[in-house]
Amino acid sequence: MSVISVTKDFDSLTLTLVADFDAPAERVWRLWADPRQLERWWGPPSYPATVERHDLTAGGEVTYFLTGPDGQRQRGWWRVTSVNPPKSLEFTDGFADQDGAPVAGMPTTRVRVQLREHQGGTRMELRSFFDNREQMEQLVSMGAVEGLQQSVGQMDAVLANSAGRNERKDTR
Amino acid sequence: MVVDQLTDEAVDQLFHALADATRRDILRRCAAGGPSVSRLADAYPMSFAAVQKHVAVLERAGLVTKERRGREQLVRTDPDAVRRARQALDQLEAAWRGRVDRMSRLLAQAPGPEAHEPTRGRNR
Repeated sequence: MSVISVTKDFDSLTLTLVADFDAPAERVWRLWADPRQLERWWGPPSYPATVERHDLTAGGEVTYFLTGPDGQRQRGWWRVTSVNPPKSLEFTDGFADQDGAPVAGMPTTRVRVQLREHQGGTRMELRSFFDNREQMEQLVSMGAVEGLQQSVGQMDAVLANSAGRNERKDTR
Repeated sequence: MVVDQLTDEAVDQLFHALADATRRDILRRCAAGGPSVSRLADAYPMSFAAVQKHVAVLERAGLVTKERRGREQLVRTDPDAVRRARQALDQLEAAWRGRVDRMSRLLAQAPGPEAHEPTRGRNR
């Protein structure tokens, strides 16, 4: 198991996930810093990600789209706020329109990643949080709850190691 | 960073608040209705002040709110807010567990060609 712990703070609307990887920090960093690697894990199998722009510098932008089983594209973006390879990364993740431009008024989540050496491997601490309760409410009411059930279905599929299960989209 | 400290503190407060059987019981009573602090105090073999302290711990963790009604203070949970926060964070958890799973599997694969310098992205 690579996930060591998950804690959820319902007051500050923060998810903290700690995971250990059997690889050096530089290698784990490349999962984030190399767009071709990023797109192999950012979206779930049935909604694979394609990363278009990838500028992992402070103030830089990452743009991507997820392609669903019906061929429909959901676009998203990151705005990078802080980067310190191979140790830390902070960005805001949000929804984009079909041209890849951020959609005003749509909820965003913020992500902070920290990598450090731990027992010969790498410990990743990830915090994902909503800036405020309105954003969270908005994301829930947009039907992302459905996304949860789909993601859980996908996890079951992964655990069962059966490729043909009904795997659906991730939330972001 | 301030956000970090606040979050750690908030997490600690939440766990501290839920670690005590009396406080969990208070939370259940508050979810069922909006009892006053004095009515809560009647329900437990402890002083008013002790119950008030328990309520304060729950309040700091964001689990209950106090509402003044005349001379009384009613203690309430907001089940809807709690439920929605749970849903939202459950979604994030599911999304990130899936991602970490995939990251692990990528790392376990034989290292591919080292095509990119690690800190710079590229356009395509």
